[in-house]
Amino acid sequence: MAKIIKIGMADLNVAKCPDILQTAGLGSCVGVCLWDSITKIGGLAHIMLPYSTQARSVGNEAKFADTAIPLLVKQMENLGALRQRLVAKIAGGAQMFSFYSGNDIMRIGERNAEAVKETLAKLKIKLLAEDVGGNYGRTIEFYTETGKLYIRTINVGEKII
Amino acid sequence: MSAFLELTESQLDALREIGTIGAGNGATALSVMMGKRIHMTVPEIKIIPFTEVTEALGGAEQVVAGLFTTTTGQAPCNILFVLPIESARVLVDILMGRPLGTTAELDALDKSALAEVANVVSGAYLNSLSSFTKLDFIPSVPAIAIDMAGAILDTVLAQAGTIGDHALLLETEFSAIKEKITGQFFLLPEQGSLEKILESIGVTG
Repeated sequence: MAKIIKIGMADLNVAKCPDILQTAGLGSCVGVCLWDSITKIGGLAHIMLPYSTQARSVGNEAKFADTAIPLLVKQMENLGALRQRLVAKIAGGAQMFSFYSGNDIMRIGERNAEAVKETLAKLKIKLLAEDVGGNYGRTIEFYTETGKLYIRTINVGEKII
Repeated sequence: MSAFLELTESQLDALREIGTIGAGNGATALSVMMGKRIHMTVPEIKIIPFTEVTEALGGAEQVVAGLFTTTTGQAPCNILFVLPIESARVLVDILMGRPLGTTAELDALDKSALAEVANVVSGAYLNSLSSFTKLDFIPSVPAIAIDMAGAILDTVLAQAGTIGDHALLLETEFSAIKEKITGQFFLLPEQGSLEKILESIGVTG
């Protein structure tokens, strides 16, 4: 039986086939899913902010794109995944609120998605699919068996990438 | 280590006191606006790790109306007013003078009515915060989102993430018992603002 492993905000985890990695209610945060198709090892990080260098204290590495993704890779390698085989799918990075005045917090989703893509490129991990942006929340489930990412929303239905 | 974990007991008491008076003013303003008696709970200070925050607030996938106000001034804060979607519908029925249970989908006018509620409650709360601290809090127009609680919270908490690994939420629950309306009101100080607020009321340790 497949277990569902839940991941909170600013958190990450790894799993082996047939387990499912889930994170609920992504708003401006970005869910990064990495997968090794041969060992069927998957990893999911719920990223909150773009770069650790812009923060007063780093603390939890799972919070930032630039520290969470390398940490996720390392944990997957520890489980037996091969770095060169890893591929990525990402979802989230919405703009939940629109203000009349330009406020920096409003662009956080977009900046998160950019930082995730830059970090993946730096680590030479291919981005296979993405569902980012918009103004709605997403709950995602990543199936380690197939590498498929199920995305659920309240107002715009479901999709698989 | 998060800065919020270093707060002393007397600082927490002071914050609770500010919250009580602020929320009292907010509840009174809401009562006047609605012509209904609105109850409130004594504010609770929650210092929660981000990883647990959405579960602590009743589940990430619960559909809610989130009304978000930012303030500018010497000690910028964010205010989030969260209503379960059922409560938001009832509130809109009352505000628009419709029989209870009429509103299904919230249209643009309904949303702006909810934004006005947030405006009135936040304004009353900030007025009392301002007279306490002698600091200016200039609120933005509230923005509204109807979506998963988790998605709304993670956006609002993103800023707090640059400070530490915990969220400080000054939470008050409002309710109108007969109409079954509940709502949560959160004050989230931005980086440096908490220190300024505590300093201004003379509770630095």
